Amino acid sequence: MDLQILLLLGQDGVTNGAIYALLALALVLVFAVTRVIFIPQGEFVAYGALTLASLQAGKLPGTVWLLLALGTTVAVIDGWRLLRDGQYGKLPPLLIFNVGLPLLAAGALTVVTPANWPLSLQVLLTMLLVIPMGPMIYRLAYQPLANASVLILLIVSVAVHVTMIGLGLLFFGAEGVRTPAFTEFSFELAGAPLQGQTILVVVASALLIIGLYFFFERTLYGKALRATAMNRTGARLMGIPPTLAGKLCLTLAAAIGVFSGILIAPITTIYYDSGFLIGLKGFVGAIIGGLASYPVAALGAILVGLLEAYSSFWASAYKEVIVFTLIIPVLLWRSLTTRHVEEEE
Amino acid sequence: MMRRLPLILFIAALAVGPQLLPEFTVTLLNYIGLYAVVALGLVLLTGVGGLTSFGQAAFVGLGAYTTAWLTTVHGVSPWLTLFIGLALTAAVALTLGFITLRMGGHYLPLGTIAWGISLYFLFGNVEFLGGHTGITGIPTISLLGWELKSGREFYYLIWLTVLLAMLALHNLLDSRQGRAIRALKGGVIMAEAMGVNTARAKIVIFLIAALLASISGWLYAHLQRFVNPTPFGINQGIEYLFMAVMGGIGHVWGAVLGAGLVTVLKQWLQDWLPTLLGQSGNFEIIVFGMIMILVLQRARDGLWPMLARWAPATTGPRRVPQADALPRRPAQTAGTLLLDAHDVTKRFGGLVANNKLSLTVQAGEVMALIGPNGAGKSTMFNCISAVDPATEGEIAFLSASTADAASRDLAGRGMSRTFQHVRLLGQMTVLENVAIGAHLRGNKGVVSAALRLDRAEEVRLLAEAARQIERVGLAEHMFDAAGSLALGQQRIVEIARALASDPALMLLDEPAAGLRYREKQALADLLRKLRDEGMGILLVEHDMDFVMGLADRIVVMEFGEKIAEGKPEEVQSNPRVLEAYLGGVE
Amino acid sequence: MNSMNINHLHDHEIILEARHLRVAYAKVEALHGVSVSIRRGEIVTVIGPNGAGKTTLLGALMGLLPASGDFIYLGKPQTGEREVERLVRLGMTLVPEKRELFAEMSVEDNLLLGAFDRYRSGHRDHLETLDEVFELFPRLAERRAQVAGTLSGGERQMLAMGRALMAKPKLLMLDEPSLGLAPLIIKEIFRIIGELKKTGVAILLVEQNARAALQISDYGYVLETGEITLEGPSSELATDQRVIEAYLGLGHKH
Repeated sequence: MDLQILLLLGQDGVTNGAIYALLALALVLVFAVTRVIFIPQGEFVAYGALTLASLQAGKLPGTVWLLLALGTTVAVIDGWRLLRDGQYGKLPPLLIFNVGLPLLAAGALTVVTPANWPLSLQVLLTMLLVIPMGPMIYRLAYQPLANASVLILLIVSVAVHVTMIGLGLLFFGAEGVRTPAFTEFSFELAGAPLQGQTILVVVASALLIIGLYFFFERTLYGKALRATAMNRTGARLMGIPPTLAGKLCLTLAAAIGVFSGILIAPITTIYYDSGFLIGLKGFVGAIIGGLASYPVAALGAILVGLLEAYSSFWASAYKEVIVFTLIIPVLLWRSLTTRHVEEEE
Repeated sequence: MMRRLPLILFIAALAVGPQLLPEFTVTLLNYIGLYAVVALGLVLLTGVGGLTSFGQAAFVGLGAYTTAWLTTVHGVSPWLTLFIGLALTAAVALTLGFITLRMGGHYLPLGTIAWGISLYFLFGNVEFLGGHTGITGIPTISLLGWELKSGREFYYLIWLTVLLAMLALHNLLDSRQGRAIRALKGGVIMAEAMGVNTARAKIVIFLIAALLASISGWLYAHLQRFVNPTPFGINQGIEYLFMAVMGGIGHVWGAVLGAGLVTVLKQWLQDWLPTLLGQSGNFEIIVFGMIMILVLQRARDGLWPMLARWAPATTGPRRVPQADALPRRPAQTAGTLLLDAHDVTKRFGGLVANNKLSLTVQAGEVMALIGPNGAGKSTMFNCISAVDPATEGEIAFLSASTADAASRDLAGRGMSRTFQHVRLLGQMTVLENVAIGAHLRGNKGVVSAALRLDRAEEVRLLAEAARQIERVGLAEHMFDAAGSLALGQQRIVEIARALASDPALMLLDEPAAGLRYREKQALADLLRKLRDEGMGILLVEHDMDFVMGLADRIVVMEFGEKIAEGKPEEVQSNPRVLEAYLGGVE
Repeated sequence: MNSMNINHLHDHEIILEARHLRVAYAKVEALHGVSVSIRRGEIVTVIGPNGAGKTTLLGALMGLLPASGDFIYLGKPQTGEREVERLVRLGMTLVPEKRELFAEMSVEDNLLLGAFDRYRSGHRDHLETLDEVFELFPRLAERRAQVAGTLSGGERQMLAMGRALMAKPKLLMLDEPSLGLAPLIIKEIFRIIGELKKTGVAILLVEQNARAALQISDYGYVLETGEITLEGPSSELATDQRVIEAYLGLGHKH
């Protein structure tokens, strides 16, 4: 292996690692606030990439119908509760957000085709279509079980994951997509070609991480999420409802997923089920951080990206084996360094 | 007999099934049986033990590939490869279990997801295992000279395995080890205080679940006569868990029901979903996923309990177990120093919860530890019972230091306790709950339990539990579910459970809380009797009437320090105690 | 007990009245039909020995525990689910026995989160409120950047109270503010509680430290094993021998 290949692989590794780092952060966040191990994180990556590809191909993405179905279900369940409690004032926002906007999107997309829109608008539309599913899924799948054990929540997560995979196949078919690169720009660094797309991924990820940092450190809503993660009872007494925290958290997780999907769609071919493995690699990073430390999780995820890139060169058939076997020494190391007696709920 | 009728009908139907049913149905039943064996393991692991695994399919694969490779390439006998496969599975399960089970409960499932995926890719990429095409030409199995060539013949081997596994599991759950495993869900602290090695119990159930999966894999390989990686991927691992959860994760029969339901439903959905949706693909997972979410939200116990309601109910009173008493530890003569805590200090970070606190308990006395809220009584209790060891100071129990002891070691040495927040297993009977206390007075293991070689010991343990229940006056509730009792009675059950370990010293954490006046009197009488028999009792209690009337000596704490010690009258008239309780501004 | 309303500030409106309050944990009833009422500008104390159900009472009033009974808040009966968040919005706030601070956040962030619900419902006066709280607790101002988990016991209690005040409550419920604190700090905390009264907020003070609580309050209830066994103006309770009996079991010598 010469320096050029070394750099090329390093580039790949850092690019993928940056995406895994974003996902790892989302996973740590969701777990800290809601105790949900968010297995479906990866499905948002796939949904994001595939929805964008559908829009660009001039097709109506099936995610529109899913959004409408989820929204309607939420509206029916919560609307009935509001009617029962006589809280009529809260009905209009509920209906507008969960039914009105999805209907509007569905209606508009049957009339106009965004295939020729500028990329930025297509990206925006993709986010608007997929991100709201985050809080809706929280409402439907997790909220009724908010007090259940981590184990039950994990099984629910797996069920959500499986459902979303199946729906992904239904909406997008079995074929993979690769969206056109955002930029054709490239130059050489120490003899290795450096793609503009790679730089874009790394820079965008870094910006998003900085944005998240500001959200959590500087805004009251960000602080409220951290507060919920630290002390649930304390947060409730401040009037921070766990459901608000949960929905906010899943909105962020969904946004991070969709954003990641859009970023990697030009680099990797994405299939309806690609998200799972991508998400799990974020998980390996998150576990390196003990599902608790944001910086360690991010660094761990980048390490996973590098390991994957180099092992794909030496033993490409065993790439996944190597990456997922890494979790064993990581777990061993964590189990030997953390002394902790857990009392089940 | 009536009670056994459904079982007999089920077995009879199983026996004649292959003679009457079409080929396709027999094949379906074969798969249901294979899946049920795996799901049974998950019932034990998840439903009973509160752990879970998404990687069971990989253990199935390990069993299947071991036999496939050894029989085809090396010509080894299938009966030998069964055990080689089991040994290999055990090695992997023990390694994985050892690594993940020391940490929080969710690391095991995450570890199994990763391991399931990597093993799947390994099967698919290793050349000598045939890569993605797999291994063909696996020989048939001969059972006592009968070659199981067709699915109809293999059927009997599969369902015999299912029934044997169910029986073994049923036996195991109804035993000393089974109670220890069931205690895992009631919290590690309680189980450890009763002498259960919870870490070992967790590894054991993970191992059993993995071995059952491996057996299923071996059967699968010789039924299909070829293997490829597909059925051993993570998706199948998830499906196994779905089967167990849908069927009823806490019930042995739930595994069979779930395997049947999922298999039939999948068959059906695979037939008509693609037609309905106009596309081909495994869309049944959409339905399965949504059913799972609903089951977990609405009927977490799965479908079996709903079905079981139709079964004939148990009738007639249950017999109180009778047997010779278990050997007891030598009684301590009154006045022997049982517990000697000297200068115990406990710090949490910078906070000093206990500061140089000393107290002693002798055989044949009731010592009460009292003080205002937040004085550090519970911390002291935890130091003494080794739940959370002291930072400094010496604690000796029966003249031996407890510095390096875990709470289960102290249980073995004759210290038992109750809990401020009652820790009983609500769905188990009072008798079974109390029998957990006698855990260390038996020694039969998992294998003897599964094979029913433990009955002589078992009946002595239960008889001991029954005696303690009678002793505390709850005989009429012996067969009631512990969770159905009033809180006051539950506290008494905890005392019976502590007594079942034949302790020299009992630590009682607020035993009178929630008791009515008469119950308190009865409790005080019981404790006096125990004291007169030579037992040492250390209690934390808020009810001053109760304490003052019962205790021989009292230690009063405030701000983690001892502010007074002496007989009840002395303590009551101590101005510092009055100050501590009623406070004062000036 | 006909004189019981003498010091009850009759002319002030009742902020909260709870009647026949019952709370059952699992099968045992922790409170058996307890009735209390608190008026604006009044400090009402609930005293009683450990394990009497004082914390349960506050938990029930704040919606943390499921309870049955009638709740009349600001003259209106409360119906439907009494969720904590709804009650916070209505101006009720609880400083719990365990303080429940956000240990890894700064003092200032803890305080700001106290105003979360007001912020969420559109009020943007949290910075002014922050100054008011700092004025009341100068110690907190000195330590505004310090992480809450590293504060001393007294400072933690001040932070918990300050955080509750950030919500500009109409009813402030304090659960054992003196718990685990040294006498000098207790004195300081009680002085501040006395000052708070002047702002017009109604205070429900649950205390084990009966003498201090009765000195500062207008009216008192004695809670024993889930029942109110004694009530009256605090000055009368302070000299009542039965209060001491309730605490130390002196009344029933064996």
